[in-house]
Amino acid sequence: MRGDITHDKLRLSRRRFLQVLAGGAGVLMIGIRTARADNAPLPAALFGDNFYDLGAFVRIDSDGNVLIGARDPDTGTGVATSLPRIIADELDADWTRVSVVPLGLGVSDNNGQPRWTYGRQIGGTGGSIPAAWNDLRKMGALARWLLLQAAARQLGVQADRLHCESGTVIAPDGRRLSYGSLAESAGKIAPPDQLPPVKTPDRYRLIGQPAGDIDARGIVTGQTQFAIDHFYGDALVAVLVHCPWPDGSLANIDFTDAMAVKGVVKVLMLKPEPGQALGNTAIAPAVAVLAEDTWSALQGRQKLKLEWKPGASGSESSAALEQQGETLLNGKTDPTMRVRNDGDVDAAGKKAARRVQATYYQPWLAHAVAEPMNCLVRLDKDHASVVVPTQAPQKAWAVVQRLTGLGPDQIEIKVPRIGGGYGRRLDHDYVAEAVMLAKAVDKPVRLLWTHGQDLEHDYYCSGSVHQLSATMDRKRQLTGWNQRMASASALVRRSVPDNRLWTSELDADQIPAALIPNYRSDWYAVNSSIPRGPMRGMPYLSNAFAVQSFIDEIAQSMKEDPLDTQLRLLGPARQLSLSTGGVLDTGRLTHVLKLVADRIGWKNWLHSVNGLGIACWHVNGAYVAHAIEVAMQGEKLIIQRVVCAVDVGRVINPQGLEGQIAGATLDGLSNALNLAITFKDGQIQQHHPKDYPLATMAQLPNAVEVIIVPNDDLPPAGASFLAMPTAAPALANAVFRATAVRVRRLPLMKELLRLL
Amino acid sequence: MALAQDLITPAAPASGIVPEKVRDGIDLEINGEHYRHTGDPQMPLLWFLRDVLRLTGTKYAGETGADLVLLNDKAVSAITLPMAKLADKSVTTVEGLAANDGGLHPVQQAFIDEDAIGCGYCTPGWLIAAVDLLKRKPHPGDDDLDQLPNLCRCGCQTRVRRAIKRAAAGKADQV
Repeated sequence: MRGDITHDKLRLSRRRFLQVLAGGAGVLMIGIRTARADNAPLPAALFGDNFYDLGAFVRIDSDGNVLIGARDPDTGTGVATSLPRIIADELDADWTRVSVVPLGLGVSDNNGQPRWTYGRQIGGTGGSIPAAWNDLRKMGALARWLLLQAAARQLGVQADRLHCESGTVIAPDGRRLSYGSLAESAGKIAPPDQLPPVKTPDRYRLIGQPAGDIDARGIVTGQTQFAIDHFYGDALVAVLVHCPWPDGSLANIDFTDAMAVKGVVKVLMLKPEPGQALGNTAIAPAVAVLAEDTWSALQGRQKLKLEWKPGASGSESSAALEQQGETLLNGKTDPTMRVRNDGDVDAAGKKAARRVQATYYQPWLAHAVAEPMNCLVRLDKDHASVVVPTQAPQKAWAVVQRLTGLGPDQIEIKVPRIGGGYGRRLDHDYVAEAVMLAKAVDKPVRLLWTHGQDLEHDYYCSGSVHQLSATMDRKRQLTGWNQRMASASALVRRSVPDNRLWTSELDADQIPAALIPNYRSDWYAVNSSIPRGPMRGMPYLSNAFAVQSFIDEIAQSMKEDPLDTQLRLLGPARQLSLSTGGVLDTGRLTHVLKLVADRIGWKNWLHSVNGLGIACWHVNGAYVAHAIEVAMQGEKLIIQRVVCAVDVGRVINPQGLEGQIAGATLDGLSNALNLAITFKDGQIQQHHPKDYPLATMAQLPNAVEVIIVPNDDLPPAGASFLAMPTAAPALANAVFRATAVRVRRLPLMKELLRLL
Repeated sequence: MALAQDLITPAAPASGIVPEKVRDGIDLEINGEHYRHTGDPQMPLLWFLRDVLRLTGTKYAGETGADLVLLNDKAVSAITLPMAKLADKSVTTVEGLAANDGGLHPVQQAFIDEDAIGCGYCTPGWLIAAVDLLKRKPHPGDDDLDQLPNLCRCGCQTRVRRAIKRAAAGKADQV
């Protein structure tokens, strides 16, 4: 698809275009039905359809109201605000006249195969804005071009002598035509053979300006509907009890009492489909209670009498898996994958004047989203209608398609605003469950998990062990770095080749790769049947904690200011090639690091009563640094100050970015402070949100000072999890300064109190 | 007189409408409207709001506090409140915070002004908790804000803190 875009060739015939305008093919109709703003007018004219397999995003009515479709699922990242603003800026729309609608999945039938009419539709992985920068700007520019052509005809002036301003076309002689008055005629103009050029940056009016969340009013008034807030009158509520072991089975069931609950209609058994990749089918065997309403269903669920039998995973424990990792790292076996090997680490080691070594431990983590797994499904003979919180609607489509056998455009996937994602909703086990149940009962089904189930049946982030060693010469220069990590890959049982399983665990280019002549990075596979999957911030999250803590330890061993150690490691400003084809700009990284150090008053680091800690990282061409100040009051850890600086290239919405950076910082701190998933006898030991305690208001800092480095010469990089990786190491480094206790194991509070 | 009496002699209506006794139930007030719950008295208020009234602003919440409602002006978790305990009580949900003319509550406006929203799922609970807090403490300090029971995985706490202080300072721009 991206190749098509760069060719800037239109495939759309004029006839097709007009059909769409007439509302016939109307892919955007999906969006129209979900209009969010209470007073959103129904737009009369539509610009654009399937350019380069991308759908239509803009509509303008004769009153000048502009409707812009939000392509990517918004899990709280703000893309439902920022992506439409990119289009609106190119369109020179008046933002106060813009209504935004979530588009849901765009799919059409291409000879039995799905054609994704809106292009890439994935939320919460840091890719939305970079992708939109490539394609959505052009969609806005095209709509603007069409309006200019219409105005040129009406005014008898050449289009290139006109200009647009805030929903109005202005002629050289001062005559003005509103977009609304041009909408109808613009809609009849054939699109050009070549996409019109996008704006030059000096003409941006919205890009780079702060904007609040587009849904803010709906949210604070309780009107914004999440998937969980959707109903069909005749849908049965389905709640489940899952087998405690994903590979276990049902040994015994008595559902007499459950059926006796008023409102309970049916009890059904569910099983994962054999041979399906993780995330495409039910996560574990389950018994479903279907009832007329949620309360009856939950009561019925409570009255089920079930006995489950463990499968092969029934003897696993998180403690034993950690030991497995340690044994691998301490043994002599070859790594599962040598991820990177620059220079000669062993030779550097022999010549070393000094060697430092340390081992870091990360616990297993769960997603713990706010809106629990849920899915509303209606199946008709030739149509499926699904309302679901998914970060990847195209993947949800594939699950529905496989289970129903319907054609590509017979499946409608509606994606309202989502109550948190963190990678959990890149998997669609709960969609499979809902579709299976709807098929079985021949009625619409509203599937709902409890928050406890979300914890007990997740695609977890594996715990990991990181063994780091570094060597220095007499001049205290780092000469060698040996990075060894053991973890259970998130990509097992997901149709990923064995030699790529490490990619969810390690970044081949992570600090200090490319900064040290002799650098080696090895990954050892830990075997586990506990389901794993994508997690926000991985693989940077666990590695940044280990590496940035370790650099602090190196500084300590040399009795050096950790900031100096960091800056010496980064060296002079230069651009280093990365294995992914990207570039590490050490100048940009140094800059964010210095910014946070200055802001927090780093020069007092040695003499401050409180502890100061710093950390930095780079993620896909974006740069981040944290500086944190902590104090201990008895056994209570007070996070006094947090400063975070980021350089993401061009910023689309600074207010949204600030929110993301502050939010990801707090999420990173919350993870680091208290959170861990453990299991014994193959069973998760956290059954209730209380067992997985997100940080409270009191435990978190009162403010996060966010510094955004302006860098408009570079395209925007994703930022949704950018600030997560460095939060934990900056915290641990600050704790070390405050307490002289080095925490090498997360969660931090438990370990700190053990060591104090 | 006899004529007048004849005129008011009761006669069965021809329409077939039969008077029916009002069903017994639990009377309560939600956002200023009167309701009678005639189902299971043990049903938690949360499901009455969501499944029966389709007032979905109050969320199924886990421990995040997103299911908070004001019960006689005090913030309470709706999933812990059986309908049986709500006879003649008055409940306000997030949908009931704004004025009848649509004018936002100062706390709502402050949340918009500070963009104190992540995914937005737990926001209704923060609003209810903030309204409750400001009623008890019109000018809360950081220590008071630390006592709020709500959780937010998106990390909105710093912006929520600013929003509540803004509302307390009366800086919220009235719509």
